[in-house]
Amino acid sequence: MSPKKLNLKDKYKLLTRDLDWEFSYEDRKEAFPYEEFEGIKITDWDKWEDPFRLTMESYWKYQAEKEKKLYAIYDAFAQNNGQTNVTDARYVNAIKLFLTGVSPGEHAAHLGFAFTGRQMGGIGARVAAQMQSIDELRHIQTQIHAMSHYNKFFDGFDEFNHMHDRLWYLSVPKSFFEDARTAGPFEFMIAIGFSFEYVLTNLLFVPFMSGAAYNGDMATVTFGFSAQSDEARHMTLGLEIIKFILEQHEDNLPIVQKWLDKWLWRGYRLLTLVAMMMDYMLPQKVMSWQEAWELYFEDAGGSLFKDLERYGIKMPDYTETIKQEKEHLSHQAWWIFYQYTHAAAFHTWTPTAEEMDWLSEKYPDTFDKYYRPRWELAAEMEAKGERFYTTGLPQLCQTCQIPMAFTEMSDPTQVSYRESIYNDERFHFCSDPCKSIFDNEPEKYVHAWLPVHQILQGNCGGGGLDKVMEYYHLDDGVANLEFEGSPDAERWKEWKGVA
Amino acid sequence: MTIEIKTSTMKPIRNTYAHIERRFGDKPATRYQEATYDVHSTHNFHYKPLWDQDREINDPARTAVVMGDWYDLKDPRQFYYGPYVQNRSKMQETAEGNFKFFEKRGLGDSIDSSLREKIIQLVIPMRHAEVAANLNNMYGTAHGTGTAVTQALIFEAMDRFGNAQYFSKIGLALDGNTGDSLATAKEHWMSNPAWQGVRAYCEKTLTIKDWFEAFIAQDIVLDTLINDLYYRQFDEWLTQNNGRDLLLLMEFMQDRAKDSQRWSDSVLKVVVTESEHNSNQVLAWISTWRIRAQEALEPLASALLGDKALADAFAVLEKRLTKVGLNC
Repeated sequence: MSPKKLNLKDKYKLLTRDLDWEFSYEDRKEAFPYEEFEGIKITDWDKWEDPFRLTMESYWKYQAEKEKKLYAIYDAFAQNNGQTNVTDARYVNAIKLFLTGVSPGEHAAHLGFAFTGRQMGGIGARVAAQMQSIDELRHIQTQIHAMSHYNKFFDGFDEFNHMHDRLWYLSVPKSFFEDARTAGPFEFMIAIGFSFEYVLTNLLFVPFMSGAAYNGDMATVTFGFSAQSDEARHMTLGLEIIKFILEQHEDNLPIVQKWLDKWLWRGYRLLTLVAMMMDYMLPQKVMSWQEAWELYFEDAGGSLFKDLERYGIKMPDYTETIKQEKEHLSHQAWWIFYQYTHAAAFHTWTPTAEEMDWLSEKYPDTFDKYYRPRWELAAEMEAKGERFYTTGLPQLCQTCQIPMAFTEMSDPTQVSYRESIYNDERFHFCSDPCKSIFDNEPEKYVHAWLPVHQILQGNCGGGGLDKVMEYYHLDDGVANLEFEGSPDAERWKEWKGVA
Repeated sequence: MTIEIKTSTMKPIRNTYAHIERRFGDKPATRYQEATYDVHSTHNFHYKPLWDQDREINDPARTAVVMGDWYDLKDPRQFYYGPYVQNRSKMQETAEGNFKFFEKRGLGDSIDSSLREKIIQLVIPMRHAEVAANLNNMYGTAHGTGTAVTQALIFEAMDRFGNAQYFSKIGLALDGNTGDSLATAKEHWMSNPAWQGVRAYCEKTLTIKDWFEAFIAQDIVLDTLINDLYYRQFDEWLTQNNGRDLLLLMEFMQDRAKDSQRWSDSVLKVVVTESEHNSNQVLAWISTWRIRAQEALEPLASALLGDKALADAFAVLEKRLTKVGLNC
């Protein structure tokens, strides 16, 4: 008898879906205790449609092949001093931001998907989450290895994990992922699996990797290509999870809508770092932040939301605000870092005359009117040896933790402030959505570890700025301050034989 | 004769990341070190988990075991993601070859019906037990401390899911890909008295709250016994009872179990050597779970191999524990 040929679907059913069983000896709720407290109703896990029907043996095979190729390139990159081939030493600051700000998020995602990969009751969804979990471990580790060589020749990489737990602006991504991980399993899946992976990957992962491609960074861009098929799988999972939850029970709709409203805004605020990276940090620009937003969110995201409309999902109502902000965001963000760069682990600089012209062209309605004069003044001061730094500490938004420097869109000269009173205490916010996220779960957000509050309470080394810098492991005059005159800049000139 | 290509060497300003230098000194680091040490976030957590409000999101207190440095639990195999998938990819290549050979030569047809039945009744249902192993190790990944052990735990979890699929494939190799053997095997898992102890044990492990206790109940107690029963004693039994061809299909599981035991031995040893508190705690867990395991495995071991088999397996567990300094 010759054996029957199994198609992928049957094979997957037999090799995965059929492995689960009904408990007889223990209460299943004791084994999967977090399935109900969020209010999500799952009536039938069997309705889960497996987005990718990978068996473990194929997983090992494909991934091993990708790893082998990736590390061959890393070796070649190091052997041939690939770090000298980037467009300019300023570029490297973009990947310092990536390693300190984004890579630890991959690890947080790894742990979060391990949690959901253990806790969700249906084996199809669990296995998909487990595979994403181990992929995310891959990403943090391959990123550490990609940057390892840069770390040997540039400052600002070496304390990435110490800094991630402490440095003021890194609390933005850190709190984002911890917010998701401290939520229940379904909110995590909507927050990271859908909102972040599906809707926003093209605005985070892709800009950094394209930035690498445009700026001669072979190590990072090779990582990017290698991770692309992982990301494609993750996006498919994200879409399946939201559809699955919505199809399970009509009561899930308002919960999911609330999570979407929260997580798209949380994600968007996190992308502030990407906006300034694209517009200000890349010597060879890929596209402007505004263009990226229009392409990947307004167009692609727009049709996605159309698709979800049949479930009753609506585009969050603050998307009008984002539409207005897209012409301002990167300029305001870079200005924050420009003036606080003495307490940052990367360098900043004033855009060159050419770059300012590019910004004028990309932002015709805002750059010349609001931002060019400021940069020209900064350049002028710097030329006189009076490079501008702010010495005070900024107030942070209780939700997104970004310094309160964003302006009202109706008046871009007026900083936007919102506040709420909770338990007789006053909390501050940068925007309406950040305020409403807090108002929905004040008992959660009062626990935010706000770096500036912590500094003022003496929890970051105590004493003055010098003590805080010690606490950060930030040596003054090395990884921080203006790019011109930095050790990075000096070494670069030496390599390139420029006096 | 050697040839040497001249390359320009540039003097680096540092050898490795600062946290690696603090641990191992100012010298070039291995990729395992850079990928592993201090990757877990340890300070300044923001919110209380909605599902565990008394603890931080990353909290060493999710187990009663206490370590001065959780990174002491390094993996003797030095697996980080890359070497892990490459190692398993090689092993699966061999397994794939074995399965193909088995199918091509029609080896399934030469297995007599009583042996076939025995395999379906007493071996294939392991595919379900392996799912519990997958979940218990995933639990440690989610709740454990320090990437040294949490990464090894997810590798173990994925391995065990792989095992579940290999056991299923043995069924498919025997039933001509109809899946009938898997359905029958599942009935045995659900109601054959030989399996009910193991099934109850598996279900019980899934309710454990302490992740290191889950590691003990699964990777140390149950796995040592199962590994001995299936990959040593049953292996010998098959050799003596015209079942050699089936060994081809079990090779992956057997090799993997050996590889995994190197790691779990080392984890156990470091934890119990750390302090009396730890060794007492681990002993307390072991003494509870070995009683449960005894009850659970008795009917299965006798059905599979006869009355003496379980005692032999327990002797192996004893030896393993003594070797790491645990005298039960």
